[in-house]
Amino acid sequence: MSFIDIHGLKKSFGPVTVVHDFHLAVERGEFVSFLGPSGCGKTTILRMIAGFETATAGSIAIDGKQVAHLPPAKRDVGMVFQAYALFPNMTVAQNIAFGLRVAKKSAAEIRTRVGEMLDLIKLPDLGDRYPYQLSGGQQQRVALARAIAVKPQVLLLDEPLSALDAKIRVSLREEIRALQKDLGITTIFVTHDQEEALSMSDRIVVLNEGRAEQVGSPFEVYNFPRTRFVASFVGTLNLMTAVVVDAAAGRLTLDGRDVATAKPIVGRRAGDTVTVALRPEAVNLGDGTARSDTLPGVVEDVAFLGAVVRIRVRLDAQTVTLDTFNQPSVALPKQGEAVKLTFAREDLLVLDGDA
Amino acid sequence: MSEPSTATAHRPGGSGLPWAWFGVAPFFLFAVLFLILPTAFLIVGAFQTADGEFTLANIRDLTHPSIVAAYRISIEISAASAIGGAIVGALLAYAAVGGGLPSWIRPTLMTFSGVASNFAGVPLAFAFLATLGRTGLVTWALSNWLGFNLYATGFNLLSFLGLTLTYLYFQIPLMVLILTPALDGLKKEWREASQILGASTFQYWRWIGLPVLWPSLLGATLLLFANAFGAVATAYALTGSSLNIVTILLYAQIRGDVLHNQNLGYALALGMILITGVSNVAYIWLRGRAERWSR
Amino acid sequence: MKKSTFGPWLAMILGAAYFLIPLIGTLEFSMRMKRGEYSFEAYKVVLGDPRFQESFSYSVVLALVTIAIGVLLVVPTAYWVQLRLPKLRPVVEFVTLLPLVIPAIVIVFGYLRMYNSQSWLPLTDSRRGTDLLLAFGYVTLALPYMYRSVDTGLRAIDVRTLTEAAESLGAGWATILFKVIFPNIRSAILSGAFLTFAIVIGEFTFAALLDRPAFGPYLQLVGANRAYEPAALAIIAFVVTWACMGLIQVFGAARGTGSKS
Repeated sequence: MSFIDIHGLKKSFGPVTVVHDFHLAVERGEFVSFLGPSGCGKTTILRMIAGFETATAGSIAIDGKQVAHLPPAKRDVGMVFQAYALFPNMTVAQNIAFGLRVAKKSAAEIRTRVGEMLDLIKLPDLGDRYPYQLSGGQQQRVALARAIAVKPQVLLLDEPLSALDAKIRVSLREEIRALQKDLGITTIFVTHDQEEALSMSDRIVVLNEGRAEQVGSPFEVYNFPRTRFVASFVGTLNLMTAVVVDAAAGRLTLDGRDVATAKPIVGRRAGDTVTVALRPEAVNLGDGTARSDTLPGVVEDVAFLGAVVRIRVRLDAQTVTLDTFNQPSVALPKQGEAVKLTFAREDLLVLDGDA
Repeated sequence: MSEPSTATAHRPGGSGLPWAWFGVAPFFLFAVLFLILPTAFLIVGAFQTADGEFTLANIRDLTHPSIVAAYRISIEISAASAIGGAIVGALLAYAAVGGGLPSWIRPTLMTFSGVASNFAGVPLAFAFLATLGRTGLVTWALSNWLGFNLYATGFNLLSFLGLTLTYLYFQIPLMVLILTPALDGLKKEWREASQILGASTFQYWRWIGLPVLWPSLLGATLLLFANAFGAVATAYALTGSSLNIVTILLYAQIRGDVLHNQNLGYALALGMILITGVSNVAYIWLRGRAERWSR
Repeated sequence: MKKSTFGPWLAMILGAAYFLIPLIGTLEFSMRMKRGEYSFEAYKVVLGDPRFQESFSYSVVLALVTIAIGVLLVVPTAYWVQLRLPKLRPVVEFVTLLPLVIPAIVIVFGYLRMYNSQSWLPLTDSRRGTDLLLAFGYVTLALPYMYRSVDTGLRAIDVRTLTEAAESLGAGWATILFKVIFPNIRSAILSGAFLTFAIVIGEFTFAALLDRPAFGPYLQLVGANRAYEPAALAIIAFVVTWACMGLIQVFGAARGTGSKS
């Protein structure tokens, strides 16, 4: 049995259903991200786990205990909000101490625990400051300390980084992940930023329109997206249409050229139109090897992005974008030049759903 | 900073001080002539005899029992209508902002408050006379339908209670208008964060809600107090000169020197400025405190 | 954990009752002039009274003059403070709040002493002079509202960029102010203007003590001598106030959709 078990969870607001039949099992100590665009239901699921929203149907169990009927305080979860939500009338120390004070801990115990927490978030000298005297990053660290000071079993993070500057976002996400590993606390992290989800998580749940499109490790989700939505939301992808020639052998035609995948195409027959995906970094210029395919095309555009050069190539009817490292020693193709594209068969992915 | 001024001095408002100040001169001239000097005239006059000699006699004469009584009734009515208006207004504003009512309630309440807070003065007095006066609709309805004679209980619209009840008509909406933005500043997440950390509704209000809100609450109450304290028309139209409040005393003094001492009249005005001034300064200070938190 | 809305509904209903009953009572009372039937007799009498017409039109004209002076005084000042003298903002704001601190009756008391026939500027000597003094008094009364409204409007637009753009096209200060700034804060000015109108139209203290035949003193006079007409006048005054606030809402809403800040 998993530590958090979510079964058949559904949420409707009047006639609008925002979460459909959601299932998830989270192991103890795991870091799981809910990734999706705004309105995909990720925050609603988190708020149902926290107890701020009542599920229309389904069950949530934490550590084997059904929590659906319990108020937030009885679920043994901690939460960090997007907009910090520090109590503005209290100092940093008072904020961190809040949950302990409510639980009627002794003054000495509270003092010790607050001290530990301040050290943990590396703000040992700021206990007497008020929230408005802190930067956004500092405030969010205090919010984190406030949530974990009461030692909850589960930590819920609702887009905690999205209000911060890009630089602080990166450093704080590393800090949060390190802290989570140290404490071994089971964590659910809601975000719309694929980079955050990929860099922090043990597993990612990609959500779209209230449904889980794919659940998997960052590696799986990035390299083997199962649907067109996951492919387009996680990273940049070339999406093209192709026609199946031989499903068992993984052979297709793309703009009239023969290509192949490494695996058989499941659930498709010859003549079906499918969506195929190629990562820009998986495509190279030049002739291929035996285990790769080659497509001819014409360079439409060359764009410098610093370390990477992005080249857009037109095939017959579709375009492919490819990324190559910017190496001054290697000459780049010019606009209008005829080139050959090559990619390994493992990198050509056939996606679920209609093309 | 130290650029040569000759180059830019002729551009309107460039860097030369006189030019820039010229732009606000009409405003300050107006303020001095029609706001500051007239007030200063009275303040200075409060410390002078009729011949222009310095004296504290006028200030001392303010302790005359009838003047003290006028101040006291004014302060009591203003305080009662301010506190009553603040409590009822705060409850109404809270019901509209956080009560889970249909969404049309709030704009309706705000528009109505905008109207009612400006519906003061003589017409308001008429409205209450037509409602709670001896032949008013409510008085009549109470005796006709419930057999309850309002005026037999000693109630009188031209009294402390009556005037307070009338003032509430513009005090409550004013409170709603001032407090609604402050209530909007109470973030939903504060409540949720306290909930998830185990706090009850009472603990939330005790430790977070009220501490965050109290500068706004207290400040607004002070503003309501000053608002009622300076009111003349409602009271005058309602009670004539039968109720001895300080604005009506001053009104009578201006019309006919009932105190038989012009300079005592100035001192009376000075006392009013001090009272409304203190409550307004406190209001501004408290608002500053409230804004510090609501970032 | 559905929250009960019983309490909030109760508060709203009691609040609505407190605010609507006096209006209903007044309306009912105003229609009781003819014995045994409801009629609009009191309104007919009031509207037909030449003193009503005179005092009301006097106050309307006075309100328009007040608005004109107020706008010409406040807009350039707020614009200039925002553009060139931001350090002066606290001082100007303090001055504009003074009329809330100093009761109106004290201000007019000061006028009567400063501008009487023996003073250096005997404005109260002539009728025209007193009218002007009354308008100035109303400008001070409306100053907090007018300034706040205009200042909010100016903050919503980029005064500096607009000014520099106009300057670069060769516009003089009058052109900038009247052709660029005024149109851009039109709705803010109108809000301030309607609020000013609502304040001035029934104002009593200034007009009574300066002894001018305005609508406020007329109301008081009728109230002291008649039974049903005051109720009719109260309803009329309420409608005027409501119209002013309604117009503010209309223009405020137009601004809200025009430039969402």
